[in-house]
Amino acid sequence: MAHDTAHSGAVKRIWFVFALLSVVTLVEVVLGIIKPAVLVETYFVKMKLLNWIFIILTLYKAYYITWAFMHMEHETKGLRRAVVWTAIFLICYLIAILLTEGDYVYSVYKEGYKAWDF
Amino acid sequence: MEATTVSTGTEDKVWGGGNQPLGASYGKMMMWFFILSDALTFSGFLAAYGFSRFKYIDSWPIADEVFNHFPFLHGVDAPMYYVALMTFILIFSSVTMVLAVDAGHKMQQKKVIIYMFLTVIGGAIFVGSQAWEWKNFIKGEYGAVETRSGNILQFVDAEGERVGLEEFAVMNPDVREEHLDKNGVWYEDGGSLPTYSITEVKEGFMQNKDVLVRGQILVPNIEELKASKNPKDVAYAEKLERELINADEVGAKGIYNREMSEMRLERDAVLVVEGANLTRNEYGTPLFADFFFFITGFHGFHVFSGVMFNIIIFFNVIIGTYEKRKSYEMVEKVGLYWHFVDLVWVFVFTFFYLV
Repeated sequence: MAHDTAHSGAVKRIWFVFALLSVVTLVEVVLGIIKPAVLVETYFVKMKLLNWIFIILTLYKAYYITWAFMHMEHETKGLRRAVVWTAIFLICYLIAILLTEGDYVYSVYKEGYKAWDF
Repeated sequence: MEATTVSTGTEDKVWGGGNQPLGASYGKMMMWFFILSDALTFSGFLAAYGFSRFKYIDSWPIADEVFNHFPFLHGVDAPMYYVALMTFILIFSSVTMVLAVDAGHKMQQKKVIIYMFLTVIGGAIFVGSQAWEWKNFIKGEYGAVETRSGNILQFVDAEGERVGLEEFAVMNPDVREEHLDKNGVWYEDGGSLPTYSITEVKEGFMQNKDVLVRGQILVPNIEELKASKNPKDVAYAEKLERELINADEVGAKGIYNREMSEMRLERDAVLVVEGANLTRNEYGTPLFADFFFFITGFHGFHVFSGVMFNIIIFFNVIIGTYEKRKSYEMVEKVGLYWHFVDLVWVFVFTFFYLV
């Protein structure tokens, strides 16, 4: 535990992370409102570039919340890995399989000979 | 973090619990693993949302158009401003929480009380805001009609601005009557009547020549479809170009020309839909409302219980429980939960409102 370090440093870090999270959220909101045409029209792995940016910024925020606010950075390596890797592996698997399946169902709806909008 | 006062003779033995595995106390480690399991639950919900989103990738409602209310600014189009504010409030309450934890480490009871109080206030404001969002979502704003196939048709003017049913529907003194308990022998449930009947909407639409119908389909890139080798895609692109007035607006909801609008409304529309519930909503596919209620509801429930935990701890701090215990670890544990609620919101915000 790193509590013996200067306490004002810890408080300073909290405010720094708050500023960081606020700025990132603000950037997200501004991007979400203006929706730059370049980012909306460019696709990367079946998804708009804008959406990739949102997701990456979200993960960035999640990292700071977990590491700084939840003090994950002060936990032992074992606890950190047990919690973080478990979540990451299972969630990646879940997302990959469900999104692929959703895309497949979409193509069945679209390519099939049945009308859905009447 | 001192050892327990009860001597069992196993304190210094690893398997007797004498050591703290992973350098974390029992309570803190269990809170971490609870959070892990809860995170998996939420990711299950969000991944299911992603599934449905991909399934309806070309007809999902546009969040900016659904969530565009701001308190005291009636009729102003304010996409996402209020959710952004809610996000700030929640992040800020996370900051006060971590400040309370920090003050706890330094055994500053007064400071912990102040910061815990601010955290509770922030959480309460957030829950209240969410309730307000729900109210707007359930009440709806413009109203729409549903087709035989269960698709939603909305109304717009020539500029593509949304038009509410009350702006064009006629009022016929017809004899619609709500089905009530006293009138039915086998009465189980009779939905409430919408403000206008479907005939009133159709009649009003025929009289107002400048109103158009907007379907659920998001306009694809027509040029790309035409350039493709697939004859089905080319035919689809040509069909859209014939029927829509905004076939060049990629990603916007397709607006039918007047002729097509009249045809769709006359032939297909069967129901008037105002607002949203679990079976139908005026914004588009019913799944959108289902996921909205389910995911923000489950998150809101977490915020609510977090506020309750925080209140309990807040009073414990006031009566000096943790001063006597010489450790504010309980503040740290509810803090973990509270940050987790914030963490989940970051994801809900992204996937529901931004993406």
